Amino acid sequence: MEHRLRTPLSEEDVRRMRAGDAVTLDGVVWGLRDATLIRMFDHGQPPPADLRGGVLLHVAPNVRPSASAPSGYEPMTVGTTTSLRMDRFTRALLRDHGVRAIIGKGGLSDDSSAAFREYGGAYLAIVGGAASVETEQVEAIERVYWEDLMPECLWQFRVRAFGPLTVAMDAAGASLYRDVARTAQERLAQIYAKLGLG
Amino acid sequence: MPSGQEERTRRQPKPATTMTGSATVPNAGALFEDLGRRLYLDAQIDIPPDVRQALRDAAARESHPGARGILATMLRAIDVSDRKQTLVCQDTGIPIFWITIGRGIAVDGAAMLEALRRGVERATRETPLRSSIVSPLERKNRQTSSGDGVPVFHVEFSSAIDHIDIVMMPKGSGSESMSFLKMLTPADGEGGVKKFILETCVGAGGRPCPPTIVGVGIGGSSDLCMTLAKKATLRPVGQRHPDPAIAALEVELRDAINSTGIGPMGLGGDTTVLDVHVEAAWTHITLNPVAVNMQCWRGERRRARVYPDGRVDIGY
Repeated sequence: MEHRLRTPLSEEDVRRMRAGDAVTLDGVVWGLRDATLIRMFDHGQPPPADLRGGVLLHVAPNVRPSASAPSGYEPMTVGTTTSLRMDRFTRALLRDHGVRAIIGKGGLSDDSSAAFREYGGAYLAIVGGAASVETEQVEAIERVYWEDLMPECLWQFRVRAFGPLTVAMDAAGASLYRDVARTAQERLAQIYAKLGLG
Repeated sequence: MPSGQEERTRRQPKPATTMTGSATVPNAGALFEDLGRRLYLDAQIDIPPDVRQALRDAAARESHPGARGILATMLRAIDVSDRKQTLVCQDTGIPIFWITIGRGIAVDGAAMLEALRRGVERATRETPLRSSIVSPLERKNRQTSSGDGVPVFHVEFSSAIDHIDIVMMPKGSGSESMSFLKMLTPADGEGGVKKFILETCVGAGGRPCPPTIVGVGIGGSSDLCMTLAKKATLRPVGQRHPDPAIAALEVELRDAINSTGIGPMGLGGDTTVLDVHVEAAWTHITLNPVAVNMQCWRGERRRARVYPDGRVDIGY
C-alpha cells in the first residue's frame, strides 16, 4: 500500500502503515543525530521546537550559508546516516515528545520496535547513499536550532514528495529487518548443506 | 603568459634522465596536486560505468518489488548527480589512494604523495566538502579531509606498465565499518573460509548499504590479507580473477550470498551483492587467513594514468 501524507502525522496515520508499505511525505521533517539527542536526553535540555506528530530524520547535512534562505542556510547535500547509534532515544522521543516516525537507514532494535507498538510510531527506511535524490526533495531549510552543534543541529527541513520511504518497522510490532535476518539465517543453513560445508 | 612555442616546449619537454632509461614526469607538483583534487571530487560525483551496468542488470533481474524500487532510486541518484554535478552520497569518506609505479618512469615519490594530499585538502576547502576525518582520541577535525596517516597511500611497483597508475577511493563509513579479519587454521580449510565470508555478509545485513561489492582477501599475513580484501573491491564489477579456481570461488560466493534474501538496503530481495572479488597471496604453513571488506552500492573510484611526458588519462 502507498501512503502520501502531510506532516504532522496523527497516531491513526501511523497505525495504518504496515511493514512493506511505501510512504511519501510533504511538510516538515526534523533533521537530527547523535549530538542533538545527547543534548536532549543526556544533558536534559528540552528541544527548542514542538516535535508532536513529528517525523525525524537521522542526518548531518552539508550546508552553505545563504543570505536569501529563511534559516540562513541552503542545503548542499542532505543524506541519511545509520540509525542504530541513535537507538536508545526512540522510546523517550515517542513517549515524552510525541514523535510519530523516524526516517533512517539500517533499522533500529527490538526495543525500539516495542516502543513503536506501544506509543504508535514507525521507522521509515530511506535508500542510503542516494543523497542527491534526498537533497532534491528538500525545498528549504526553514530553521536551525542549536546552531552551536553544527552540523548536528536540530534542522527544520521543508520537504516535498520526500521518499519513497519503506515502512520497515510498524506500529503493530512488525520489522522487515527481523524478518529478513530470520530468513537469511534459515537460508544460510541450506547454503551450507548445498556447498557441503558442515 | 608563455608564448605558443614556450607552451609546447613546456608540455613536451625533453625527458630528464635520472636513472638509466627513466624519464621524470615534468611539473609533477602541480600535476599531482590537481589530480588529487579532481580524483577525490569526481569519484564522489561520477559512478563507474561497470557499477551502473551492474545496478541496471540487478534492477532488471530483481523479483522483489520493494527491492526494484530501491534499485531504481539508486539509479536515479546517479542520474541526478550526473545532471547537477553534486555528490551522490553525503559521506565524503576516508580518502585512499592506490598507486602503482611502472617501468621507465621516475618521480619524486614523497613529493607526489604530498601533492596528492594537498589536492584532497583543496577539494575539501574549495568545493566545499564535509571533512569526515578526525583524530582517534580527541576526535579533532582539521576540516581538510586529512590528518595523521590520512589520506591513506598504498604504493607498489609493476613491470607490466610504463606509467604511474593512481586509483582514488573515497571510502564511506557505512561499508568500511563492515570489515573483518579471521586468522583461520589450515584444518578449517577452504570450507572455513567460505563459511566466514557467508556469515559475515549475513551479519552485516543492510548496514553496508547493499548491494555491495564484497572484497575478500585470502592468505598472506594479517595486514596483507586485509589489504587484499580492500584492493579486491577496486576491481571493475564483472571482471573475474585470472586464476580459474579463484574465479569459480567468486561466482559461487556471489550466488550464495544473493540467495540469502537480504536484498538492497537489507529490506529483502535477490540482490545483496553486485559481485564478490577475491584476491590471494601465499601464506605461512600454519596460517589460513581470510579478510572481508565491503564497498557500498556506489562502488566509488576514479583512476588516472600519468605518462613520462606528463600526459594524463582519466578513467575508472
